Amino acid sequence: MQPIRVNRVLVTVLMAFAGIFFIMPFLWMLSASFKPELDVMKYPIQWIPETWRAIENYREVMFGTVPFGLYYWNSIKVTLATTAFSLTISSMAAYGFSKIAFKGRDFLFLVVLATFMIPSQAVLVPQFIIYRWFGLFDSHIGLMLLGASGVLGTFMLRQFFMGINNEIIESARMDGANHWSIFCKIAIPLVMPGLATYMILRFIWTWNDYQGPLVFLRSENLYTIQLGIRKFSDMHGEFYSLMMAGTVIAIFPLLLIFIFGQKYVIAGVASGSVKG
Amino acid sequence: MKQRKQSFYNSIAGYLFVLPMLLTTMLLTIIPIFLSGIISFTDWNFITGLGNIHFIGFGNYEELFKDEHFWRAMTNNLTMILTVPFSMIIALVLAVLIDRMTYFKSFFKVIYFMPFISSFVAVSLLWRVLYHPTSGPINGFLKSIGIANPPLWLADPKYALIAVMIIMVWTGLGFNMILFIAGLQGIPKDLYEAADMDGASKFRQFMNITIPMLSPTIFFLLITGVIGSFKVFDLVMVLTEGGPAGSTSVIVHYLYEVAFVNLRSGYASAIGIVLLFSLIIVTVVQWFGQKKWVNY
Repeated sequence: MQPIRVNRVLVTVLMAFAGIFFIMPFLWMLSASFKPELDVMKYPIQWIPETWRAIENYREVMFGTVPFGLYYWNSIKVTLATTAFSLTISSMAAYGFSKIAFKGRDFLFLVVLATFMIPSQAVLVPQFIIYRWFGLFDSHIGLMLLGASGVLGTFMLRQFFMGINNEIIESARMDGANHWSIFCKIAIPLVMPGLATYMILRFIWTWNDYQGPLVFLRSENLYTIQLGIRKFSDMHGEFYSLMMAGTVIAIFPLLLIFIFGQKYVIAGVASGSVKG
Repeated sequence: MKQRKQSFYNSIAGYLFVLPMLLTTMLLTIIPIFLSGIISFTDWNFITGLGNIHFIGFGNYEELFKDEHFWRAMTNNLTMILTVPFSMIIALVLAVLIDRMTYFKSFFKVIYFMPFISSFVAVSLLWRVLYHPTSGPINGFLKSIGIANPPLWLADPKYALIAVMIIMVWTGLGFNMILFIAGLQGIPKDLYEAADMDGASKFRQFMNITIPMLSPTIFFLLITGVIGSFKVFDLVMVLTEGGPAGSTSVIVHYLYEVAFVNLRSGYASAIGIVLLFSLIIVTVVQWFGQKKWVNY
């Protein structure tokens, strides 16, 4: 046990102040969502509400005029499917690009990497047209496909697969195992931390995606939570307490995932290859 | 013979493993970007169907060149690049302090990372209220410390872009900080010990050891940060829709409006292609610039 050092304590206290300043918007949001509307904009800010209206606010958001429950369910469905889909596709490709020597591999990988540079907005119009042709427009399947290609996941997981010793793969090949069973039984268990990182990141990005649903969904019964809170704010723009309650509800699952998985998220981001 | 068979098997297996990923990338990115290139030379509107396609050569690009709205969006985008170094400097200072001099490291990491995991829609709605010109908490605070006429933030064309940029710094800080902390942990401790023996001050150590050793991280953050700053769509769309008076309009939002509100597919595609080339140029410039200052 190291002795406690004075200037270290001092910096910790200083950073705590800076940190509080930094999460103040979130605290304000939470506190506003618990208040009656009239108290929201009062100054000085009542960080702890004098009159509580938490249950009423949240009930009105969840079961009021805008079907938040439905949007929530849609988001869960789309996010889970996209994450599973993307994880499968990316880990397979990552294994192929790192552990199988085949002709043209490096060239293909370069092409895939180059698509990184293309901003999603630059392909919005053709994507829209292609989606119309294939009947993917205004469907959840289309949305799931949108997040599934996972160039980023491929790139990231490839780093993890490259950490596996080639001799393990070789000796399994000698014993007559094919690549598919090596992939499933040996490689995947070895890159679990990498998969966890990418899974959490993909979940967060899909859950938070606004542009995709905005462009590729039309029917209101298919809306995801992000479109939902936007619509909600258009309808109840003056009711800041309700708006903040809706925002809290939208952020909540991510907060849970992040708190439990923060080790993986931070490790993955720190591996230096990820940007949302 | 066995060797040949083996390599044939490997090729088949390899292609099968990467196939699903290649197909989706092909369908969603590679084919669309080529289509985008083609459509950008037409005056097409996708509602009217394929029959009404007319090639107009460089017409869209010429119009774009004279389009005031586009140039304003471009100027705003270039201004927004300023958020990148700004947020990197704050993040670096925070990272050094957190890594070297605090207790509860992981707690701080979580706090600063929170905005990064929140959706831009939620963040935008929240800040719209915080920035509220007459009764929002930010102006409430400014008035309470004696500023009689605080800026109207998002409602004022002079301050709206700065207001958006403040949010960008706030959301991006945590990401930069985490990467800097990871970079700092990779610097060998004996470098500092040697510098201590030579009597170098902490500041000199920071300038002559920390910064050069972090230069690959700095370079990575610069590249991804600049590209990211060109792609802020959600934030602008929910927060201001480009207003007031175009003061926060950005290229991607303008593209969206042209494509899906004005329904001009050809013109929108031209904007997309120009955006792509801008990003390529910015990245290439940084790539060549790195040789001067990045140490590997």
